Amino acid sequence: MLVHISNLIIPLIILVVLLYGTYKRVPTYETFVEGGKEGVKMAISLLPFLLGMIVSISIFRASGALDAFVGLIDPVLSFFHIPSEIVPLAITRPISGTASLSIATDLIKTEGPDSFIGQLASTMQGSTDTTLYVLTVYFGAVGIRKMGDALKVGLVADFIGIIASLFVCYLIFGS
Amino acid sequence: MVNIIWVALAAIGIVYALFNGTIEEVNEVIFTSAQEAVTLTISLVSVLVFWLGLMKIAEEAGLLEKLAQLFKPIFTRLFPEIPANHPAMGYILSNFSANLFGLGNAATPLGIKAMHEMKKLNNDSSEASRSMITFLALNTSSVTLVPTTIIGIRMQYDSMAPTEIVGSTIIATFISTIGAILVDRYFYYRRQRRLT
Repeated sequence: MLVHISNLIIPLIILVVLLYGTYKRVPTYETFVEGGKEGVKMAISLLPFLLGMIVSISIFRASGALDAFVGLIDPVLSFFHIPSEIVPLAITRPISGTASLSIATDLIKTEGPDSFIGQLASTMQGSTDTTLYVLTVYFGAVGIRKMGDALKVGLVADFIGIIASLFVCYLIFGS
Repeated sequence: MVNIIWVALAAIGIVYALFNGTIEEVNEVIFTSAQEAVTLTISLVSVLVFWLGLMKIAEEAGLLEKLAQLFKPIFTRLFPEIPANHPAMGYILSNFSANLFGLGNAATPLGIKAMHEMKKLNNDSSEASRSMITFLALNTSSVTLVPTTIIGIRMQYDSMAPTEIVGSTIIATFISTIGAILVDRYFYYRRQRRLT
């Protein structure tokens, strides 16, 4: 049921935007092309970030260190029904956007996009943002030196997001 | 922080490989994974171009402002210190709408403007105000309708249903946002108690 709705969301958004744009007399195609150029720039600027991080993570995985780490924490996590493969992603998600995106990519690739881990990694990556980045950018831009409870609130919220992803994925995709 | 993670992953991997006898695998993966990162980024171009192009239409047509109006009643409650017609509220709402459509690049400058206005409301203090903390809590839990990058990556690795995670992502993001708001309120009331 939910999977069907998921597949409907994007086509529906496209339909609404195109029809509403036409109704508002926006030069739709020209505007689309204009915005699309930004997409090219965005993808290209992402390349060095992703490449550097993916190489580093691949070294970590190929050496066997990742498996050793996962094996080490597995006994504790399996008790809570948490797949240990997801832990590196959960740890890096609040700290670095590119690191977590690279780890999610690695999981999707090695475990398969339609496996439970692949679905969980996709959900986790998409459902929260990088707290440390958000704090640095926004507080840095306006010169706030005393952050108050912002970091604590952000990190607790991330933790809730990770638990929520786990819970939702178990409910929807089963295991 | 990113620097530490980046170096640690590679350094630990290489040292571990030396003891584990997997240095050959490591040597190989350095080049294959770099190659793969290039292929992956190129495959992301398709999704990003399409989505950002479409969202540009939404922006020009004024859909983002429409959406902002829709959320206004909720946001005036979330930010009791900001008057409903203050520019700060406008920027907060546009930042939220932009994030909702996955327009991270458009959302950030709007968010920074919102922070400037909130700083003015706080007598230009260098301390984070209550509204700022709420705003950042909302931003870090990121409400996104369509996780474009992840969909692109799933397509690249031959997913049978690249978009089937849209529903789970929206629900998870919704829960984490509610969680962020509650945590933010909790810390606020705790600060209040300490003051009195």
